[in-house]
Amino acid sequence: MSGSFFLRKRLNTLFFCALVLALTIIAIIITEYDVVKGFTSVPKAAEWAVSNFVPNEKAMDKLPDIIDKLLETLLVSIAATSTAAVFALVFAVLGSQKTGIGGPFSMISRWIATVFRNIDVAAWSMILLFSFGQNVLTGYLALFFCSFGFLTRAFMESIDEMSMSSVEALRATGAGYIHIVAHSVIPSSLPQLISWVLFTIETNIRQATLIGILTGTGIGFLFNLYYKSLNYASASLAVIAIVVAIMIIESVSNYVRRVIM
Amino acid sequence: MHANTNIPAKPFNKSSFVIRMTLLMLVALTLFGLLTFDYKDLVLSEAIRKTGDTLGTMLIEPHAKHFTFGEALGQVTITIGLAFLTTLFGAVIALFLALLTARNLSRPAVSLAIKSVVAFIRAVPTVLWVLIFAVAAGLGSVAAVIGMTFHSISYLVKAYSESIEELEDGVIEALRASGAGWWQIVFQAVLPSSISYIISWTFVRFEINFAVAVAMGAAAGAGGIGFDMFMASNFYFDIREIGFITYMILAFAILLELLARWIKRKLAVNA
Repeated sequence: MSGSFFLRKRLNTLFFCALVLALTIIAIIITEYDVVKGFTSVPKAAEWAVSNFVPNEKAMDKLPDIIDKLLETLLVSIAATSTAAVFALVFAVLGSQKTGIGGPFSMISRWIATVFRNIDVAAWSMILLFSFGQNVLTGYLALFFCSFGFLTRAFMESIDEMSMSSVEALRATGAGYIHIVAHSVIPSSLPQLISWVLFTIETNIRQATLIGILTGTGIGFLFNLYYKSLNYASASLAVIAIVVAIMIIESVSNYVRRVIM
Repeated sequence: MHANTNIPAKPFNKSSFVIRMTLLMLVALTLFGLLTFDYKDLVLSEAIRKTGDTLGTMLIEPHAKHFTFGEALGQVTITIGLAFLTTLFGAVIALFLALLTARNLSRPAVSLAIKSVVAFIRAVPTVLWVLIFAVAAGLGSVAAVIGMTFHSISYLVKAYSESIEELEDGVIEALRASGAGWWQIVFQAVLPSSISYIISWTFVRFEINFAVAVAMGAAAGAGGIGFDMFMASNFYFDIREIGFITYMILAFAILLELLARWIKRKLAVNA
């Protein structure tokens, strides 16, 4: 009995490993991935980065431009996340299983969240590029739509996880729907919600770089400009600026999270 | 006797103070941003109307002109292949690093060192990693996979080491007392108890990597369906083709989500 248990377990493991190996080989073939080059490119890239990808005197002249664009990107990320959070909160409260008004609206709001979340940020930026052009609003709206989808789902789950006793207590006193939401649902899930908002801001700053490259706005555009004109010293300065900004935002939000949770 | 002299109605509470300050800051920065952005005399109503039209055309009349349905399917498979390789390489390397990072298995100095390196890697956006590797390896699947792997490693090390740290100290202590070595502790206690978390985090990352692989195709010439989307929008200006590609990506993203949910349910049953 125990022998066959271990045998089965071992066969399962073996089968799993074989499956992964087969999938890997298929993936390597269809993506035309060069395994040897994969290994050798890491030290090569490191060597190149150490000798070329460091800011020099001339790059320092670009620092004001870089800081300017970086601040714009930071503000776009924060503004997009905050406004998306307001809309997401409305949809999450109405769509949640616990506080939702039920019926078709709950379904519709879940459905909207899934669609918005799964249309990729790259697709959004290209769609918006057609009508908004190289504008700061292109990046703002692309981030807004993706954050809206993500936050609606995250908020919904946080509200669903909340304990219902305070809602029941308020309902017993005869409080109306709006009172229950404003005095019980939102206050008790607020730390969770803020934590999600901070997380989204961090992700959005990184996403904003990508969107910037695709739509020609913000710090991503500046990096791409330096990169394409082989001005690697300035490009590296842009990378360092991004890293510093993200690390500052991360430590601020870690502090806030530690205090409020 | 005055009952209500010096007792404030609500004692000072650090956490609610921080919550209020955070909300205030977010509102202030949002307003400041929205008021000071350089909109370059964009006519907002016009642009919104045009976006609505574009979205309508895109979603209602999708077509594929520059490739057949089969070719598009092949391109999506390439994107999934990129995501798969990235996730696999990332997961294997991250698992080793996570064992060295988890506080209950490693020394504080080693743990701190890895954590700071990983935090740095995470702070650099994926697309920049891919572009940096593209200089050394040329644009293509190698740069994309290696660049994306960097980011996956940093994400997974954090997720894995946090799930390993949830293991009770008693288990490790008991094994150590019985004379088990480090590898024995890892294989007999740590991995069996955290494997379901590890697998579910890996799948979360696989879903993310699929989206990232699409974006890398568009932004860094990594191939796959993302590259077709880039061509459709920047060279053919064919909004209907973008619609078709968006539907393809949406379908596969939802499929991956269902697969992840199915695997999570299976793991929950087995655990």
